[in-house]
Amino acid sequence: MNNLHNTGGTRQNIIAKVLLLLFFSVLFIVIMLPFYAVALSSFKPGADLIRYGLNLRLDLDVMSFKNFEFLFTGKHDYFMWFKNSMFLTIGQVTLTLFISAFVAYGFAAYDFKGRNLLFVCVLLIMMVPFEILLLPLYSLINDLHMMNSYSAIIVPGIANAGTIFFFRQYLRSIPKELIQSGRVDGANEYLIFFRLILPVLKPSFAAMAILNGMNSWNNLLWPFMVLGDQNKFTLPIGLKTLLTPYGNNYDLLIVGSFFSIIPIFILFVAFQKYFIDGMTAGAVKG
Amino acid sequence: MIKKFVYSQKVAPYIFVLPFVIIFLIFWLFPLANSFVMSFQERMLGQDPKWIGTANYTKLLTDKVFLKSITNSVVYMVGTLILLIPFPMLFACLINSKLMWGREFFKSSFFLPALTSVAVAGTIFRLIFGEMESSLMNSILSLFGIGPFKYLKDQNLSMAALLTLACWRWTGVNMLYYLSGLKSIDSEYYEAASIDGASAWQKFRAITMPLLKPTTIYVLTISIYAGLAMFTESLMMFNGNNSPKNIGLTIVGYLYRQGIEKNKLGYAATVGIVLLVVAMTINLTQLKLSGTFKKEED
Repeated sequence: MNNLHNTGGTRQNIIAKVLLLLFFSVLFIVIMLPFYAVALSSFKPGADLIRYGLNLRLDLDVMSFKNFEFLFTGKHDYFMWFKNSMFLTIGQVTLTLFISAFVAYGFAAYDFKGRNLLFVCVLLIMMVPFEILLLPLYSLINDLHMMNSYSAIIVPGIANAGTIFFFRQYLRSIPKELIQSGRVDGANEYLIFFRLILPVLKPSFAAMAILNGMNSWNNLLWPFMVLGDQNKFTLPIGLKTLLTPYGNNYDLLIVGSFFSIIPIFILFVAFQKYFIDGMTAGAVKG
Repeated sequence: MIKKFVYSQKVAPYIFVLPFVIIFLIFWLFPLANSFVMSFQERMLGQDPKWIGTANYTKLLTDKVFLKSITNSVVYMVGTLILLIPFPMLFACLINSKLMWGREFFKSSFFLPALTSVAVAGTIFRLIFGEMESSLMNSILSLFGIGPFKYLKDQNLSMAALLTLACWRWTGVNMLYYLSGLKSIDSEYYEAASIDGASAWQKFRAITMPLLKPTTIYVLTISIYAGLAMFTESLMMFNGNNSPKNIGLTIVGYLYRQGIEKNKLGYAATVGIVLLVVAMTINLTQLKLSGTFKKEED
């Protein structure tokens, strides 16, 4: 009896397994379709794209490596945008992580007058959509003569509220004895931060580096508003300029879009855990 | 002397939080306060402001284009709530099943769209929803004998296109939120329910849903903000801030049009204040109804 029951259960299990697999495979195909369409179109001439749109037609007669050839050898600004984005992302992430960790340590390690009020300010920043500040910030940046510089992008977010919050949560679990032992050894408060705390923070740095790096690499609106100089355009801004009603840049647009995804995909495959930790960091606090 | 002051344990915490205080005051509190001030002014970039009282607010109330933009943003936000909360929750529960093959593979691949920028994803979806018969969406629908459509010239269809883009990018991420929520549920609850003979659906209703509430509240809160503040998706989809009959205009899009394109900073600031009030009201109501505040008081 018992045996029979088990076989029935197993058969049901197998059906459930197959159904689950089938369901998620269909979902997988739907989610991958846009990537596949872009990859395919990056081998087609721009004119084809204008006439037929982005689609899954595998037309080997018109497909070639010409777009890739143009991407790597043609006369255009793509790799300048790429380099600018790289420079901005690395600069922004390094500075933001360092400053935010510095501030977070102050919140986590000390009991001082006004701490709670200040921490409410951190939460307040996280609660108000940045878009509301677009205009007053734009006019402030103009008054401070910071237009057209990367500092206009880096400085306003250098003490990033979300990152401070995350580091503070992490630092609260660090034993106070570690700090005390540093004091006993005669280190001053700042040396303790640099020598003892920064190394301990390392694992959480990775997740925040990914989160901030993704935001910086993909950021479009604010850089688009403050960077007028074409030589300073980042990749998202550059790609946006290629999207003209006349479609005369579609050769570069599609292959450029495709190529801009690849480095992030490679990083994702290598550091998957940190990507997922970083992107879901906010939900952990619940 | 100064060195001793800066190094003392009493002063050190203030030095640590100083960068935040400076940035907070200059680049957050001042612009926000300035936004309130500007909303009572007629103001252009680089010119002296003129006080006009509440004229901006009264004008905004009867501004048909503004009302259109609010409607668009609210519809988009509600759409993302309907599509990006229950489905990711369900997918997370399914993928978390012991019977699932290749869980890690699917988890990672559903996350991939979130790695693309709005610039790239928006471009791709603009072309997928192209009006030619052979564009991806039209050719898929023609398999079912529907279409072709001119998506980006129709109110409902363009909204559907924007929501498709949002679902494509965020389903995987929201699913991950729910997966980390599921991890914190003790399996003993399910075992006890199984002994009592509960069905899978009963277990989902009685155990999973209530225990995932903190995750749902979090996703709800960020989705309300993100939905109401959406702009760049529309900017890319319509290749600019102008769409036929403003079908793609959002609140932030209108703020951008008035402030940056027309240089009416005062009027645009008023739009921002209204957005702030609407977003705060909806979210505080939502948090109050869900009992989040009560829990913190305990």
